Amino acid sequence: MYVAVKGGEAAIANAHRLLADRRRGDRSVPALRLDQIIEQLGLAVDRCMGEGSLYDKELAALAIIQARGDLIEAIFLVRAYRTTLPRFGYSTPVDTGKMLIERRISATFKDLPGGQLLGPTFDYTHRLLDPTIAENGAVAEGERRDADAEQAPRVTDLLAGEGLIEPDGVAENGEVGDLTRSPLEFPLDRDLRLQALARGDEGFLLGLAYSTQRGYARSHPFVGEIRIGEVDVELDIPELGFAVNLGRIKVTECQMVNQFKGSAKAPPQFTRGYGLVFGQAERKAMSMALCDRALRAREFGEDLAGIAQDEEFVISHLDNVQSTGFVEHLKLPHYVDFQAELGLVRRMRAEYEAKQAEGDEPLQEAAE
Amino acid sequence: MTDASAIEGGFADLVLEGQQVFRATMDALANPGTICPLGALAQPPAPLTPELAALALTVLDHDSPVWLDPTLAAAPIVADWLRFHTGAPIVADPAEAMFALAANAATMPPLEKFAMGTDEYPDRSTTLIVATDSLTGGAPLILRGPGIEATATFALSVQITNFHAQWADNRAKFPRGVDVIFVAGGQVAGLPRTTRIGEA
Amino acid sequence: MSAIEGAPNGRQANMAVLAQAASSDIATAWAAWPEKPDFHLVRGPETGLVMVRGRAGGGGAPFNLGEATVTRATVRLATGEIGHSYALGRDGEKARLAAIFDALWQRPDDAPAVDALVATLREKTETADDRRREETAATRVNFFTMVRGDD
Repeated sequence: MYVAVKGGEAAIANAHRLLADRRRGDRSVPALRLDQIIEQLGLAVDRCMGEGSLYDKELAALAIIQARGDLIEAIFLVRAYRTTLPRFGYSTPVDTGKMLIERRISATFKDLPGGQLLGPTFDYTHRLLDPTIAENGAVAEGERRDADAEQAPRVTDLLAGEGLIEPDGVAENGEVGDLTRSPLEFPLDRDLRLQALARGDEGFLLGLAYSTQRGYARSHPFVGEIRIGEVDVELDIPELGFAVNLGRIKVTECQMVNQFKGSAKAPPQFTRGYGLVFGQAERKAMSMALCDRALRAREFGEDLAGIAQDEEFVISHLDNVQSTGFVEHLKLPHYVDFQAELGLVRRMRAEYEAKQAEGDEPLQEAAE
Repeated sequence: MTDASAIEGGFADLVLEGQQVFRATMDALANPGTICPLGALAQPPAPLTPELAALALTVLDHDSPVWLDPTLAAAPIVADWLRFHTGAPIVADPAEAMFALAANAATMPPLEKFAMGTDEYPDRSTTLIVATDSLTGGAPLILRGPGIEATATFALSVQITNFHAQWADNRAKFPRGVDVIFVAGGQVAGLPRTTRIGEA
Repeated sequence: MSAIEGAPNGRQANMAVLAQAASSDIATAWAAWPEKPDFHLVRGPETGLVMVRGRAGGGGAPFNLGEATVTRATVRLATGEIGHSYALGRDGEKARLAAIFDALWQRPDDAPAVDALVATLREKTETADDRRREETAATRVNFFTMVRGDD
């Protein structure tokens, strides 16, 4: 039995028009501008860039407005836009050691070289809603103090001395996996996992990260360091014979340090998880670092105690565009499938009731 | 540092001209044996031909390894030009190539040296782009197969060594195998692997 | 060789400054340029993507972090010099002008003026960076150690 679906074009055209109308809202209210979103909703822009996997503030801001503030919808728009641009190449890896730092903290060392630099953090705000923000009064500029000339060294380098912390690993510049070019095949190497984690949904990774702390992966993590700031991006240009500096992007880096009791494969030491994301996205970087460490269970010969250590589960479900693609596809017409199911359920129900009717007589006798 | 001829001569409008060449090539492969005007040409350094260059600008990019035949490989300026305009990695092993450019069909290696694809991914094969003397001045080949109603005549000037036997071998490998695009005189024609070349 | 470590007024360093400069500053400089050269566009301006890479752990094996929009242009002056520009973002006009300045720098007569422009742009960026450092420094936690007396 078929259901004809025609005449949808007019409905869709009107739906789009209504969407545009609702997006704009009350016409007497000033329309949003891209620069307002970039300047005043910067962390939404950063999330859109990070999960959309495209560093471009104007595009992210446009997507956020177009999506009426639905960030996953905005991320979807950015991902789609990416496919229209040609790839010029791969940058040389960014050097977070040379970052122009805006925030830098460590939970493992109190008074460390370079200092604890709080930056523009929410951490100490007590989370009290502030009605004065809505009054649009004048806002003072940041206070200024003389800056330290020396660059803050990496905390992981400070710990490296006694050999008790896992080193960075071989910095070999061999083949780097790229999930935007080849389908993922499990088991994955760490480079592909990190790429997937960097684009992954913050909420999903946050929940998994939390689960590792609640005992589902036996980890005792410390924040070795979080740093937020700008790094140079460089690209090798064959026709020039040198690397060009393309400019700077903001990134958030998190080094998680975990106590590890040792196993058949590795001695007792501090092992590490790494998070690196576009923009200012501390919660995401921390979650990424915790999940990175959990997913390295195999490397350390650890027993799998929780779902956050299950690579296939984590990596297959962390991409919110992929997830929503399948979840939202359920809205598509499944009329024929459903008619078939309806017929099947009717038949099964008839059989069930017939069996019940047969079975009732012996039961009545037993009750009597 | 950069020789000017290594960078001049690309499409003035990459989008529009690339679209024209793509459309012509797609039509040529969809209707085997049909000669299609390319619509846009480039002005590359020799021994790259305007037709080969037009195809290169259209289909090559940062992700598509390309193999150059001995004539093209012998002139470093060709590799420089292709790298500048397309970013395509240039490979020495034809089996690693997604595309192959041949300025001199007679010196091409056997077709089986190129990537044939796999049974799961037959499309991971090499697409050959071959410059020839003429698409209409050779002995007529009778073509049959998908995209052809009954038969089609293709008077390709065949310069590839032992082409008929090689093409029969290629056909036998289906779904694996290579596809060939021929260019000459501002025009393009195609032989996808599904096309049979028969007796007149 | 890293762009930042190159000679202060080498071609690499100049291109880096032009890439970071604001579009409006470059446009203003061009508008005020006394003898604008004849040139033609060899390639672009075109916008594409560069896949930005990080390192596992900060110093280990590279991984692909995510893409950034980049716009590039190549121009050739009537006098033959070839100029390139590559910069983050989608600003085609900035790319075109930066490539012209790169080409001009290769002319001995024009190089000093380009160097002077670059110096101005660099100073602007450095002033803004210094301000950022000072604002961050104000948020530095100073741990005071209290020395208790023998009470």
